[in-house]
Amino acid sequence: MITIEQRAEFRKHFKNNISNRIIADKIIKGIVFGCVILAVIPLGSILLEVVRNGAPVLSIGFITQPPGAVGSDHPGGIGPAIQGTLVLIGMSSMIGVPIGVLGGIFLSEYGNNKFGNTIRFFNDVLAEFPTIVIGLFSFAVIVLTLGYFSILAGTFALSIIMLPIITRTTEESLKLVPVTIREAGYALGIKRWTVIFRILLTSAKSGLLTGIMLSIARIAGETAPLIFTILGSSDFFAGFDQPVDALPLRIWRLSLLPYDTATAQGWGAALVLILTVLVLNIGLRYLFLRKHSKGRRFRITSGA
Amino acid sequence: METVKLNRGSSIYDKVFKTVAAIAATYILVIIVLIVFQLVSGSYQIWAQEGISFLTGSDWNAVEGRESYGAAPYIAGTFVTAGLAMLVGIPISIGIAMFLSELAPAFLRSPLSFLIEILASVPSVIYGLWGMFVFRDYLRDWIEKPLSNAFGNNVFLFSGTPFGLDIFTAGMVLAIMIIPTIASISREIIIAVPNAQREAAYMLGATKWEVFKMAVIPYSKSGLIGASILGLGRAVGETMAVTMLIGNATGPQAFPTSLFGPSQTMSSIIANEFPEASQGSLHMAALIGVGLILFAVAICINIAAQLLVSRVLRTHQGAVLA
Repeated sequence: MITIEQRAEFRKHFKNNISNRIIADKIIKGIVFGCVILAVIPLGSILLEVVRNGAPVLSIGFITQPPGAVGSDHPGGIGPAIQGTLVLIGMSSMIGVPIGVLGGIFLSEYGNNKFGNTIRFFNDVLAEFPTIVIGLFSFAVIVLTLGYFSILAGTFALSIIMLPIITRTTEESLKLVPVTIREAGYALGIKRWTVIFRILLTSAKSGLLTGIMLSIARIAGETAPLIFTILGSSDFFAGFDQPVDALPLRIWRLSLLPYDTATAQGWGAALVLILTVLVLNIGLRYLFLRKHSKGRRFRITSGA
Repeated sequence: METVKLNRGSSIYDKVFKTVAAIAATYILVIIVLIVFQLVSGSYQIWAQEGISFLTGSDWNAVEGRESYGAAPYIAGTFVTAGLAMLVGIPISIGIAMFLSELAPAFLRSPLSFLIEILASVPSVIYGLWGMFVFRDYLRDWIEKPLSNAFGNNVFLFSGTPFGLDIFTAGMVLAIMIIPTIASISREIIIAVPNAQREAAYMLGATKWEVFKMAVIPYSKSGLIGASILGLGRAVGETMAVTMLIGNATGPQAFPTSLFGPSQTMSSIIANEFPEASQGSLHMAALIGVGLILFAVAICINIAAQLLVSRVLRTHQGAVLA
């Protein structure tokens, strides 16, 4: 609340030195615009460099062949990494999607109480959590128990990372379904869980799909949790008890090698990865986000 | 006359379904509890051996027989890089948020917000790659070398030979990475400020900047702080880009003294050394112990941020309804 004295003070302040204040305003506007430019330059530079350095190595062989001997003239490709990433995404989704969607249903339909609020809160906390810790956790639970690095451990870690995103988007999209539609269902004497499955989930389909795709875009770029879980490999998928490769992990390994061919391949792999992530995100934006892009419901995040 | 069987609303199926959904929702809590349990039990060995000196010591020796571990340099490295990122990132982010919510013409708003979101979707490892092969050269030649030549001998912050793989580069890339997070949340928080606030200031004859300074910032302060803390959380936990750029020193050398010297953060030492640590060794316990410290720091930061941000957005929604 502004008191009368404060108002008098404001008025005095605003009456004086008008030209100085307008200049200050212009300067600040310039600085603020500069901030936007400063943020857009790195984005432009990243996209440009990835395309410029990555495009020359792209070929059918590059995305299908296994890597060749380190530093040799035949650097091979990143086939196993692409395959590993696809398998990882598929397997993580098989765990993450059902649990996440059920959790979201619970929060939206039964979660209007203290228990629901607690879960919602920790869900948000986990959504921004350092993924390397989740990798360590998966290492301790799966790798140490089974005794080998495998795709199972990577799947477990990535499914935990996608969970909060799916839970949140499911909850938000179910809440967007008008109450009248639910009531119409109840009025027909349909059981609650049938209403949820047959009416709510179909009405909220596009929101649900958005959440799932966002979480896939997120885990596709995750590197840190994979170091201790799938370990990395140069071979194609060979079984659930063997280390596998993944795109982000391969980029990291390639970037550490002191050979130009390896670096070039790293850029190539980065181009494939960034195209996947951007197509998922941009595609989504045009398909679904437009319709209900209110609030922070569908914030896009990157893999760590 | 036959009596109509009334549907009482909750059948056995409903109860089963509710229980299943509740279990799925509780899964997330169980995971958090299990993470704490695993990190504590996995690092028990190192706490038993080093005690409090694991937090304060700076030795890092994995040679068998002379093993000694202290995580202080990495804790310091984490906070220095994150602090540097905050110092650069927060003003730019709030500037972006101000531009997007108050100044930008309508046709620019959504494409610009979209660009910022794209910046948020670039995977960490690609930031690392770009930082390593592109950004570091520009930073070194345009900023680090002039600063080092001008102040290198007098100011300890700028001492040492700039090489490009150092705290400064890591901090700058982290700043770029946290800008989208802070900017997009800040923008929502600024939009949530009721227009009556702005109109009152405009009515008094304030310019746009004065409106922002006097009417918008005081109203949204706690939310903006929350957004910044969320950015801090991201900077603290960030792994790949930092691992690739910070130079990866270990032991007492990792203690951050100069901006242009190599260091190490909690997450980067885990990523770097974990593949070399043998299972069940003290080395591994030490790395899991570092993970536990990181967990504790991150969970405090995230809880604080969530409390601040969600409170602001909730009161805003309440205000709109009322």
